Amino acid sequence: MKTVLTIPLIFFRLLYQSVYLALGQIWVNKMRSVLTTLGIVIGVASVTAVIAALTGLKAKILTQVETLGTNTIFISPRTPDHGRFQHAGWWQVRFRPEQMDGLLDHCPCVGVLSRVGGVGWRTVKYGEQSVDRVEIQGIEPDFHKIEHRPVILGRVFSPIDDMDVRQVCLIDPKLRDKLRLDHDCIGETVRIGYHAFRIIGVIESRPQMNFGDSSQERYEVFVPFKTLEKLGEPFMWAMATGKSAETLEEAQAEIRFFLRRTRGMRPGELDNFRVESLQSALDTFNKIAVIVTLVAGGIVGISLLVGGVGIMNIMLVSVSERTREIGLRKAVGAKRSAILTQFMIESVTLCFVGGLVGVGFGQLLTMAIANIPQVKLDLAHIPLWAIGLSFSFAGFVGIIFGMVPAIKAAMLDPIEALRHE
Amino acid sequence: MRTNPDRVVIRLDNVMRVYRVGVERIHALDGVNLELRENEYVAVMGPSGSGKSTLMNVLGCLDRVTGGRYELDGQDTTGMGDASLARVRNERIGFVFQSFELLSRSNALRNVEMPLIYSRDGWWSRRKRATQMLHRVGLGDRIKHRPNQLSGGEKQRVAIARALICNPSILLADEPTGNLDSKTSEDILALFDQLHAEGQTIILVTHEESVARHAKRIIRMKDGRIFTDLSSDEDQARRVELTPLLGKVTK
Repeated sequence: MKTVLTIPLIFFRLLYQSVYLALGQIWVNKMRSVLTTLGIVIGVASVTAVIAALTGLKAKILTQVETLGTNTIFISPRTPDHGRFQHAGWWQVRFRPEQMDGLLDHCPCVGVLSRVGGVGWRTVKYGEQSVDRVEIQGIEPDFHKIEHRPVILGRVFSPIDDMDVRQVCLIDPKLRDKLRLDHDCIGETVRIGYHAFRIIGVIESRPQMNFGDSSQERYEVFVPFKTLEKLGEPFMWAMATGKSAETLEEAQAEIRFFLRRTRGMRPGELDNFRVESLQSALDTFNKIAVIVTLVAGGIVGISLLVGGVGIMNIMLVSVSERTREIGLRKAVGAKRSAILTQFMIESVTLCFVGGLVGVGFGQLLTMAIANIPQVKLDLAHIPLWAIGLSFSFAGFVGIIFGMVPAIKAAMLDPIEALRHE
Repeated sequence: MRTNPDRVVIRLDNVMRVYRVGVERIHALDGVNLELRENEYVAVMGPSGSGKSTLMNVLGCLDRVTGGRYELDGQDTTGMGDASLARVRNERIGFVFQSFELLSRSNALRNVEMPLIYSRDGWWSRRKRATQMLHRVGLGDRIKHRPNQLSGGEKQRVAIARALICNPSILLADEPTGNLDSKTSEDILALFDQLHAEGQTIILVTHEESVARHAKRIIRMKDGRIFTDLSSDEDQARRVELTPLLGKVTK
């Protein structure tokens, strides 16, 4: 039993003693240690901050995806890179409602479709209260099946609302409060421009996800798609869902084929619209995230390499400064392995301290990023695995670059070492 | 400490230590035979280049012999590997150096307990043992002092305490008073006398006759060989006769 325990015990002792000694060395050579570990600190701080920002971004996007569903397809006009529509204004490439008539009959993989129209920001009034910059959107009843935004109060749009071009609307709760409407505001009438709209329901607010201009609150009013034309020529796009996640790509292909025909595209011409699913957007984001992580990883790799060379340099200096100490330790019975362990632990400790400071700075950076109001990365945080990863990298650097000085120390001849000036 | 004056601690049997410098072969030790029993107090003297430093290194297991046989406590060290020699140094040998070799950033206690880090046992009681040892060398009130807060004599006492912490079979002192003034030297030598009286086996390397007088046996070396090996009194008696042969012994 005793012999079994002896070796781990000796190792534990050495570990304890070496960490103690190493921390002492670092404390005595504060300035030197700070400069030495700078590379490690910067590397670890930047990688943790980048990972934290990406984590925040992803969390944000995932919240959004939860409301929309990955099964959702977005159809919107665009000007292609070349061809007939290269210099076309949005007016020329815009969708017209009839271009989507009968789409569901021709696209078996598409579940539901809702045309969506926007007329931009308008002023909404209720009695004396008035709110500017309200986004007015026209939607079809199937919209409710696509976007997971429950109607909290009242009812959803029915096909009759659309067919009869009724002047009814759904508003979001923030607008209701801003207009000082009653909590139960169903049946009240608000004015948009010269038109009066009866509120039939309150729809849940969209989660905040607008990068850039977010200082202003967003208010939304939904009206039936056909009714929207009364407020002006709408900019039209559409949302659809695939019948299943597996046939999502087929659904997109079918929509594309259908729209090329109804929009009178010639063979070989580039699409003047885009058909995208959230899944493909998510894939794109993930690809970008991977690229950013790799680039950040590359930068970190370089700074860790530089840091590692710094560590090696300072450890070589340390070995040469402490040659007599090494000689003495050997004279009183330190084995080569003990000296090796001591110097390895010293360099690893140095790197860990650098890593710790780096994670601290990374946390500060993350907090700074999270608190920039325009960026809206308030969900940014350093995940635990990133901390673990940083520390393992720091430790790895310590081991790799501490090796040469430690071997040099371990191989010193005690007689020579004790004679060293 | 109970001692057995008949027990042989060190036995050197025709020990050779040859260095190669280019094509030349330098015989630093050229057939040394020596037997040392427990509780002996020996001074090794000789001019520079006589081989006494090499002898110390060999006795301290810092250096390996190139010929002959070295037994320490009845154990042959000749074929031992680095790790085994390190263990022998840790458990059987205590070194005292001319320039003390204390760790400047550690206090007296930590300096004294340092060898216990590398020992098989004694680690758990290292504080207690180091404190006791510091009391034994008369530094009970300097335990928390750092080397730069200690005088030369006190530093050497700390070094002696460190050498004794593992209960070594031999205490090897290389010019222990070389960096000290004569008054302090006497104090340190008195400490050696006390340790000897308590049963410690001591080997002392020195240039100074006055230091060597404290030993009970004086070995004079020349050209890698033992020239005379006499008791202190005999050595004193034959001093006049020996001096011209040894050249200038005192520095």
